[in-house]
Amino acid sequence: MSEIKSVISAKNLGLTFQTNDGPVHALKDVSLEIGKGEFVSFIGPSGCGKTTFLRVMADLEHPTSGSVTINGVSPEEARKSRAYGYVFQAAGLYPWRTIGRNISLPLEIMGFSKSEQRQRVERTLELVDLAGFEKKFPWQLSGGMQQRASIARALAFDADILLMDEPFGALDEIVRDHLNEQLLRLWARTEKTIAFVTHSIPEAVYLSTKIVVMSPRPGRIADVIESTLPAERPLDIRDTPEFLEIAHRVREGLRAGHSYD
Amino acid sequence: MRQSILPVLTVVGFLLVLWYAAAIWLNAAWAYDKASRTDEVLTTRTLIADTWSQEKPKLPAPHQVATEIWQTTVEKKITSKRSLIYHSWVTLSATLLGFGLGTVLGTLLAVGIVFNRTMDMSVMPWVIASQTIPILAIAPMIIVVLNAIGISGLLPKAMISMYLSFFPVVVGMVKGLRSPDQMQLDQMRTWHASGSQTFWKLRLPASMPYFFTSLKIAMAASLVGAIVGELPTGAIAGLGARLLAGSYYGQTIQIWSALIMAAVLAATLVGIIGAIQKLTLRRMGMAQ
Repeated sequence: MSEIKSVISAKNLGLTFQTNDGPVHALKDVSLEIGKGEFVSFIGPSGCGKTTFLRVMADLEHPTSGSVTINGVSPEEARKSRAYGYVFQAAGLYPWRTIGRNISLPLEIMGFSKSEQRQRVERTLELVDLAGFEKKFPWQLSGGMQQRASIARALAFDADILLMDEPFGALDEIVRDHLNEQLLRLWARTEKTIAFVTHSIPEAVYLSTKIVVMSPRPGRIADVIESTLPAERPLDIRDTPEFLEIAHRVREGLRAGHSYD
Repeated sequence: MRQSILPVLTVVGFLLVLWYAAAIWLNAAWAYDKASRTDEVLTTRTLIADTWSQEKPKLPAPHQVATEIWQTTVEKKITSKRSLIYHSWVTLSATLLGFGLGTVLGTLLAVGIVFNRTMDMSVMPWVIASQTIPILAIAPMIIVVLNAIGISGLLPKAMISMYLSFFPVVVGMVKGLRSPDQMQLDQMRTWHASGSQTFWKLRLPASMPYFFTSLKIAMAASLVGAIVGELPTGAIAGLGARLLAGSYYGQTIQIWSALIMAAVLAATLVGIIGAIQKLTLRRMGMAQ
């Protein structure tokens, strides 16, 4: 993997929030390389800085030390050149827009032509298996379908990087399994680089080529695990010894970084 | 809609019974007074009949008010100075103009408050302070000042309506324009959306439910403003003028019919806004 050109590169990244109770070290000394086409999961207990790290990549937070580059440029430049699509925990679809018009929202903002918008909406809807739902309003869709629509919205403008912040956290396990499977297929088809925040060990192991285990106070990287699982991953791969072993290592990493005093 | 008719009719019926009873109670003194002067003896039946048909009762009975309204609306030409429709129209035109001005002013102030930190810090206290001044105290001032610079007629009254109606619009729209959550704003940021794009595509549509609720309150306030605006001028036309003239001459029936007319007007206007709200939100897909 190391010979692949790195898309996201963090060096000694630190972020300290000043609060009334003194400084909070959300991130400390975080260094990481993410190569093109990788699927990297960030896992850890709350307060470990996984979401903060993702938000730094997205230029939604500013690091107080160290540096991070996206495609070789600063997060701000990357954001302005629309280098990434960001999927939030909640679908956040606009209730006054149909699914189709929700997906074309970023396209409108970015100034795509009407016909281009139509094409892209149709294509991305197909990509997330929502063809035919273009004219529906968000409330007419289930939670899982809404989240798929929000992924379609993040894909619509063809950014190479997808940043996903616990996108399936609010969904039940069956829907989640289904969406995980779909996400893997989508990743294989589009060859995007994906950074994915989760707090589910099976989800992280099932999806990723690389798992970044983080620990809190201060938020830092405890372990980076390269997955040995094959690219082709049916859902029942989760019962294989190989899968369980990786899951075990993730759990060990989480435990080591977590102080129980 | 259908299931609410019966409860509404029950309440109306109850109020009518109460009203008739109160009319007997309040007007009885005058009936006895009259009777003692002419040495008549009042039976219960004649007492009741008298209390419900006096010319200047303390509280006119519902049918007296209804007759007065019928006579001054249907049986009078609209151009007549005694037509309640004519007076309602005078008040309505000031109400609508004031409501329009108030809505525009309120919306502009809200946009300013949401987008400009200085305005956020400085304007809101003044907006609230403006509403603590009794409108009855400031209305004559507005009319006198505007008269002095040569503005009279519709506009001064509309200004008073505006003074009352911009307030709910400011408060509602500030809340509405701020209703998008941090996640939605972050999302706009990730798309590198400009301030105006965020306003037109997110903040403004998100504020619509708040907007319509504010409009309903503003409309009612606007009508009150127009009526109050007609009082201090000794205005010759408008529902306020009818109220004032009625109180000069003890014409309680005239006062009550003007009051009922104002209530009907307010209910109709607010109902129209409610219908537009329903239609708009349904077309936006926000009402299910």
